[in-house]
Amino acid sequence: MAAKKENIRNFSIIAHIDHGKSTLADRLLEKTQSVAVRDMTEQLLDDMDLERERGITIKAHAVKLNYKAQDGEEYELNLIDTPGHVDFNYEVSRSLAACEGAVLIVDASQGIEAQTLANTYLALDHDLEIVPVINKIDLPAADPERVANEVEEVIGLECMNAPRVSAKTGENIEQVLEKIVSDIPAPLDSDDSKPLRALVFDSVYDNYKGVIVYVRVVDGKIKAGDTMRMMATGAEFTVVDVGYMRATSMESAKELTSGEVGYITASIKTVGDARVGDTVTTAEYPATEPLPGYRKVNPMVFCGVYPADGADYENLREALEKLQLNDAALSFEPETSGALGFGFRCGFLGLLHLEIIQERLEREYDLDLVTTIPSVVYRIHLTDGTVMEIDNPTNYPDPAYIDFCEEPITNANIYAPNEYVGAIMDLCQERRGVFKNMTYVTPDRVDIAYELPLNEIIYDFFDVLKSRTKGYASFDYEIKGYERSNLVKLDVLLNGDGVDALSFIIHSDKAYGRARKIAEKLKENIPRQMFEIPVQIAIGGKVIARETIKAMRKDVLAKCYGGDITRKKKLLEKQKEGKKRMRHFGTVEVPQEAFMAVLKLDE
Amino acid sequence: MKNIGLYIHVPFCKSKCPYCDFYSMRMCGGQADDYTACVLESLEHWADRLGRKADTLYFGGGTPSLLGGSNIALITRRAKALFGVDGEITVECNPSATEDDFFDTVAKAGVNRISLGMQSAVDSERRKLGRVADSKRVEECIKAARGVGISNITLDVMLGVPDQTAESLKKTIDFCLKNDVPHISAYMLKLEEGTYYYNNAEKLNLPDEDATADMYTFLGDILEENGYRNYEISNFAKPGFEGKHNLKYWNCEEYLGIGPSAHSFINGKRFFYPRDIDAFRLGCEPVPDGDGGGEEEYIMLRLRLAEGVVFDDFRARFGQSFSAKILEKAREFEKHGLVEISEESLSLTRKGFLLSNTIISSLIYG
Repeated sequence: MAAKKENIRNFSIIAHIDHGKSTLADRLLEKTQSVAVRDMTEQLLDDMDLERERGITIKAHAVKLNYKAQDGEEYELNLIDTPGHVDFNYEVSRSLAACEGAVLIVDASQGIEAQTLANTYLALDHDLEIVPVINKIDLPAADPERVANEVEEVIGLECMNAPRVSAKTGENIEQVLEKIVSDIPAPLDSDDSKPLRALVFDSVYDNYKGVIVYVRVVDGKIKAGDTMRMMATGAEFTVVDVGYMRATSMESAKELTSGEVGYITASIKTVGDARVGDTVTTAEYPATEPLPGYRKVNPMVFCGVYPADGADYENLREALEKLQLNDAALSFEPETSGALGFGFRCGFLGLLHLEIIQERLEREYDLDLVTTIPSVVYRIHLTDGTVMEIDNPTNYPDPAYIDFCEEPITNANIYAPNEYVGAIMDLCQERRGVFKNMTYVTPDRVDIAYELPLNEIIYDFFDVLKSRTKGYASFDYEIKGYERSNLVKLDVLLNGDGVDALSFIIHSDKAYGRARKIAEKLKENIPRQMFEIPVQIAIGGKVIARETIKAMRKDVLAKCYGGDITRKKKLLEKQKEGKKRMRHFGTVEVPQEAFMAVLKLDE
Repeated sequence: MKNIGLYIHVPFCKSKCPYCDFYSMRMCGGQADDYTACVLESLEHWADRLGRKADTLYFGGGTPSLLGGSNIALITRRAKALFGVDGEITVECNPSATEDDFFDTVAKAGVNRISLGMQSAVDSERRKLGRVADSKRVEECIKAARGVGISNITLDVMLGVPDQTAESLKKTIDFCLKNDVPHISAYMLKLEEGTYYYNNAEKLNLPDEDATADMYTFLGDILEENGYRNYEISNFAKPGFEGKHNLKYWNCEEYLGIGPSAHSFINGKRFFYPRDIDAFRLGCEPVPDGDGGGEEEYIMLRLRLAEGVVFDDFRARFGQSFSAKILEKAREFEKHGLVEISEESLSLTRKGFLLSNTIISSLIYG
């Protein structure tokens, strides 16, 4: 049953990672009795195992809460959860676009962090009413007054009356609900009589219903039996069901009307057909203009994903297809490597996205994988004027035909206590960063702005940053665009033969250091072979680093064990089996583990 | 029909050496005679069943000398009577577990070769290997054997044992040369699963792969200079003193093994007695271990010999020429000085011996 428009509140919760977003969401569900206490598992909204383990929300979800406020009115609160990582910034922005307000959580001891600001600005971009909440007041180090001041000074939000809560203990949660009701506007400019325009802010594949499309209805209405049309793709489907999302179930409804948040199912086969940000209208009464802000998300980071056992190739394909059903941002296409056999070139939004997919493939589909070094998309301008976009070093053209190269650059912001400024600047310098600006957010916290090449941060930047700042720094980036760069392709040669899967593109300043490191790693990890094996790292034809794997000296069975020939035979057969598991590069045999160690080249 | 070899396994030791995984146990009172009786019974049984002649007899262990001279003599006489053994008769002896009159007793029964488990002539190294007798005792054994007319003596030497260096190995080699034994077996230590050495490898100060390989080469060079031939990977002999019984293994010829854990190869079948002395005493049948004597097995075994695979012999045995495919693969190894290919044969060099597992497995299995 639909509430009066005046009594609808659509909101998101935004926060820096670990400031308690999911815990607060859980408390809100509990307070509004959307879930029985016995059904509460920690962080109910994050229902992927991985999310719960990593403590981050990967995909957005939404839930409708009913709340009887102190003014005696029944309110319909639609909580739209948002992913909390830079890789998913576009999805965050679509979730925010579905709301009129946002609850901003700030940790009472840590104060403002990188994503606090980034998400706040994102929310302000969407003209959202922001309700600040100071969380974790139960912590010994909590200093809500200081943090409230910080929020007022830095963001300019009135914060003196902001609820001070502990999502963990449940203290003052009621105040949050009251603030939502009093401060966040109702979707009053919605109009049921206009043609349907509903914003897709998430879509999830379900084995029984097909894709469940999560929408915010901006104008018009939709019901089962309507023919829905996706305005970006033109695809049409007959609506099977519409309704509201409850915490633990879906609640079918007669129709969804403007201002409301709900779901649509229409036997849609893949989430690629109902992309986040697209506008749903009806074929019967179509809107002319889609809602603003749609873009197809493009993968930024690519790597080869190969089954460790070639026999798993088809299983890997099936697993990727299944994951793609639910993840329109994941791309993949077959590729072959001389070294690794058959696999897929996969595209991801960022490194976290890559890791999540890799982990899900290994965990949920029980696959053993080898992944190649991640790459960004480079633009190579050839002397004949054509431009190539390259995400796989294998396709790197002959340098003789290259006029110049471009690589993606990001605007990155790092927030940290000022004592780490030196360490952070050193790191950014090492990563070819260009210093832009540094501002004191508070007397002892800084916001350092750098331009950083994307290929310098996709790999391990965040891990290194955290370790050099004892975990205090936070980090956020967005793509600025492409810039000219002096790139080279490094080739790895074992015994003179190139190993395609180990090639990668790198800035020429870094080539020598990296080449030496790779050569050392290979030497460490490849067992001695029958013959001496030169390990060479080359740019074009020029070798810039070299190591030698010594020839094996001894592999012999001294005794014949009183005529136990079978034992000896078995030993040799075992050796043969061992060889099968090796990757063969020309005459060189490299064990799987060694290969992984090289790809996971730590700094 | 060709004569077979006879092997008698004696599964007793005074104490277990920390690197050894052969089947052996401590001996209790009366067990020597009891076990001897079982062996005699088994010999009768097999002589009846096979109706074959043997020309070598080998007592291995364990520590065969622990059975006592008279028991060894008893078994030897019975084997001669039942199988007509008229050739090489070897007994493995641990210098610390051999009575004074042992050599005299066994020589009279026909034993004509003694294998002494010396392992190292450096006493500190020997002790770490669990060997209690000192090198003086080894020398006494050699003299005692010679005193009763047994001049065919082989010494076991181990390479790559804890604390060993090129210098200490040189002392062991000098000991062998000084005593002028006609045969030396030089085994590289292999860490066998379940042994003390295997479980404590990192504490043992073991020479590394390169050092051990160097020792092997060094030993081979010196022995060859002194008239020994490296006729098998681990065996060195003056001309005419090659171990005839062991050659049967490497030539893929037939042998019958008696005693728990002993292996046999008869009429194309391999079989063995399980590692269970009670099962043997109760007269349990050996366990089948599949067919033997195929081409791959023959090649695998013959390549352990310096002579290698002789193409004419191969053709005579299998009725077809030696595989051209294997030869082609061998060419790659030839380039690196690991194998030698001639009109007549394919064989491993000493450098190749050191890598024989890899070479043989890639020749046979690709």
